[in-house]
Amino acid sequence: MSVGESLAARVSNRTKGARQFLFDRHRAVSILCTLVSIVAGLAAWQLASLRVPPLFLPSPLDTWQGFLELLDDGTLGTSILASSARILVGWGLGVAVGVPLGIFMGYFRWVRRLFDPYIEFFRFIPPIAFVTLAVIWLGPGEASKVALIFYTTVFIVTLNTIAGTVSVPELRLRAAASLGAGPLTTLRTVIVPSTVPYMVTGARLAMGNSFLTIVSAEIVAAQEGLGALIWNARNYSRTEWVFVGIITLGLLGFVFDRILRIAARTLLKRYGVAI
Amino acid sequence: MTVGVSVELEGTSVTLQGHAIVSDVNLAIAPGEFVCLLGPSGCGKSTLLNAIAGFVPASGRVLVGGRPITGPGIDRGVVFQSAEVLFPWLTVKQNVEYGPSIRGVGRREREELALGFLRLVGLAHAADKYPPELSGGMRQRVQIARVLANEPSVILMDEPFGALDAQTREVLQREVARIWRATGATIVFVTHDIGEAIILGNRIVTMTAGPAARIKTIASVDLPYPRDLTDPAAVRLQRRLRDDIGAEVTRTLIAQGMTTEQVA
Repeated sequence: MSVGESLAARVSNRTKGARQFLFDRHRAVSILCTLVSIVAGLAAWQLASLRVPPLFLPSPLDTWQGFLELLDDGTLGTSILASSARILVGWGLGVAVGVPLGIFMGYFRWVRRLFDPYIEFFRFIPPIAFVTLAVIWLGPGEASKVALIFYTTVFIVTLNTIAGTVSVPELRLRAAASLGAGPLTTLRTVIVPSTVPYMVTGARLAMGNSFLTIVSAEIVAAQEGLGALIWNARNYSRTEWVFVGIITLGLLGFVFDRILRIAARTLLKRYGVAI
Repeated sequence: MTVGVSVELEGTSVTLQGHAIVSDVNLAIAPGEFVCLLGPSGCGKSTLLNAIAGFVPASGRVLVGGRPITGPGIDRGVVFQSAEVLFPWLTVKQNVEYGPSIRGVGRREREELALGFLRLVGLAHAADKYPPELSGGMRQRVQIARVLANEPSVILMDEPFGALDAQTREVLQREVARIWRATGATIVFVTHDIGEAIILGNRIVTMTAGPAARIKTIASVDLPYPRDLTDPAAVRLQRRLRDDIGAEVTRTLIAQGMTTEQVA
């Protein structure tokens, strides 16, 4: 290695080190901000709970004890598993149906005409409006809950996929056509891969909606699940269990979204998924 | 390898959404000829190219190799200005293999084919990269390799270097001239850059300003390749073309509401 080269390498190492240092500091600051925010929230909660009876607002400590209680007797674990299973099955089915439906609706005008009236009508009706019907038609078992999650997922995934299909660059379609791709080959090799980022966005939004829906579904008819846990706490006047249920929902949703994001970012990176 | 075929436009007009974009164009391009369509932006030269590509319907006759065209086809490869036509989820090599794979060429054979054309455009080293990792000039080379992999008889290029910096453009112009000689394909090249047209074309077709653009002049360029823009003949041609196009630009500006003094 010549002198010039080694000098260049050393300088570049040093700038790399400096950049790394700045990056670490930036990261440390942002983690600190998050911690401060959480601690401040807990403190505000604690202060507020001092002035009212625990039935109205249990303190963080009461809630923590309630959490341990529910953890020990296994209620929390079963609830998390029950709700997660329903969400994953209903959401998975919704994505599995919504993606192809959106692709076909976006690409074939007649398919769009066929389904459009229903999509445009039902997307304004929230799943909670169907809770009673779901129980009457599908019974109080798993099917009614899964169906409601499916319902809340399928529209949003379909609509996002349609939007993606429609926004594939016209020039890209022309290029494919002049390279010899017919309509079905174009659909498979250009439209579907170009639309992946929109599918992911739809699936992510649907995951959030699934959490909104699961609680209403489980409140009406379920023995177990986080919604049932929150609702049953009322019967025992245990407001801290309500809090445990709510916080668990929030954390579970966060974890699910994180997993989805990381999975999409690593597995679908080459399709331009950047979330 | 490829053998160019003729392109004939006979009374060709293109009307899009009720607007006449190109009107009554007559042009016969010989097999293996390099023709540049030159004109100001919005004059309809890209529309004419799209008509040959089969992307837009045209009235009159458009014949490629003596046969009327009915839509896009692999006998006519198209290189676009925008690199968004590359598939970002496929590697460079997979992009180039796209045409052959649709034609049903076997895996091994099309891989060799792709690598061959990537070598031709000097990108063999980037075969396993993805298009977003490449520079603008490299992406245009991938586009050219992808088009060549289908061995088209006619290559249609729509301002392929319009978005590149001047240095990269010069390098790629030399490469296109080399590829043209190597493949023998007929090339129709749309540009608004007079120098580019002189460096590349056997003939340079200028167009009148739209709407309803027509052919204004056709100039033969009888200079040996590689061409030098400082050659006196090239300078003379450049001046003539600039006057031809300048007159059209002036007409457009006046049509847009500018006064004669402002334009002059």
